[in-house]
Amino acid sequence: MGSFDIIIKFVLIVIIFAISLVVAMYSTYAERKIAAFFQDRIGPNRAGPWGILQPLCDGAKMFLKEEIIPTNANAFLFIAGPSLGILTACIGSAVIPWGQTLTIGSHVIPLQVTDINVGVLYIFGVVSLGVYGVMIGGWASNNKYSLLGAIRAASQNISYEISMGLSIIALLMLTGTLSLKEIAQQQHGFWSHGWFTWNVFRQPLGFLIFIVCAFAETNRTPFDLPECETELVGGYHTEYSSMKLGFYLFAEYINMFISSAVMATLYFGGYNFPFMHQLGLSENLVTIIGTLVLFAKIFSFIFFFMWVRWTIPRFRYDQLMDLGWKVLIPLAIANIVLTGIAGTFIK
Amino acid sequence: MESLSNKRKLVESKPLNFLERAYLPAIMSGLATTMKHFFRKPVTISYPEEKREFSENFRGMHSLKRDEDGRERCTACGLCALSCPAEAITMIAAERQKGEENLYREEKYAAVYEINMLRCIFCGLCEEACPKEAIYLDGDIVPADYLRKDFIYGKDKLVEAPLNQ
Repeated sequence: MGSFDIIIKFVLIVIIFAISLVVAMYSTYAERKIAAFFQDRIGPNRAGPWGILQPLCDGAKMFLKEEIIPTNANAFLFIAGPSLGILTACIGSAVIPWGQTLTIGSHVIPLQVTDINVGVLYIFGVVSLGVYGVMIGGWASNNKYSLLGAIRAASQNISYEISMGLSIIALLMLTGTLSLKEIAQQQHGFWSHGWFTWNVFRQPLGFLIFIVCAFAETNRTPFDLPECETELVGGYHTEYSSMKLGFYLFAEYINMFISSAVMATLYFGGYNFPFMHQLGLSENLVTIIGTLVLFAKIFSFIFFFMWVRWTIPRFRYDQLMDLGWKVLIPLAIANIVLTGIAGTFIK
Repeated sequence: MESLSNKRKLVESKPLNFLERAYLPAIMSGLATTMKHFFRKPVTISYPEEKREFSENFRGMHSLKRDEDGRERCTACGLCALSCPAEAITMIAAERQKGEENLYREEKYAAVYEINMLRCIFCGLCEEACPKEAIYLDGDIVPADYLRKDFIYGKDKLVEAPLNQ
């Protein structure tokens, strides 16, 4: 790997990092705007034209607020919690293939930070690390509501990770690889051999289970029990203020962005779009359009996350556990069996 | 007993059937409902820029009226202060001097006329009590301010602008 490649990788990392932060920032704005539209309101419109400077103002406010560390809190862990939260949220984007390859002169640049051959496992590892930020923060606050929120987050994430993993196993039986890049390549185009290439058409049940689990993993409504305001004040971040609270909220939006990217890559063909090679465009142009298409898919998933948030009320805690253990896990196992049978007979 | 209005409905609670227990159909119809609202026109009125129309009998800030020649109608009879249930109105009467006939309609007028807007309940009884048709609650909403003393409105704020200016 020459120095040019290293520089390119570095630039790519910085760009992806910046994009995920900006997307997360504007997700907060989008959430408020979309919430407003769903409720026949206007939404934030004072800061800048149509309120587009609102996230900057919110950020400035978060930075300037007083930092409070409760007396009885464990100061080190209290700070470690949100740091870990935002760290694990940010590193998930490393294995996502954002596009095919760009060719500049003699250099071929893959639009992916790293293509490790266990990409899916890596994503799972990062997602399960994410709950530590919540747990440590909730425990370190030394507040019963925070602790309850943290415990809920932990048990919820553990329960839903199982069915998420099981739904992925069925997908992996089809793809035969754990590398996200290869999974994206296998979904090339839109239609081949008389069937859609995108995995959502081969694994509809698996996708359904995956998206439900993604809602639970990112602590979004209807599974936002860890921060359930009506019962737990603010849940695990009750005691947090200023930018530490900002990091928690930010981590949630980055998680939403990353899990949308993962869903788009695993099930909706990633950067692939219909007729990508029948149009006769140059390779680089196809790559750029593909990346834009991937972002369009990601944004529609983020919109869906928000749409669901303003539609469905929160689950009760026992209903959440019932759904996870008694419905999703058996369904995911049935999906594996069905995929196995179909794989044996159709091929 | 027989229902008189026929509005009574028997509520039965049956166990949910499979589709209802599967959540998904209900969630779909919920999503459709919220999507309908997504494209609906917002009901918001962006207040300082846009104002909601007041109803015709809206009672806002008081104004002390002038007659057709631009003279103040108020004669400081005190009926408004007497009728005021909140005791928000005070006044000091004065006698009209020679040469002030173009300012005041009657021989007696209010030299000081004060309404405490924090006490006022905008009931409109002063308006009804006034024999000279001198006070009306036809203004806008009383604006916000920082100090209590600034809510005691004197004649500078209450009297209508002179006619020919």
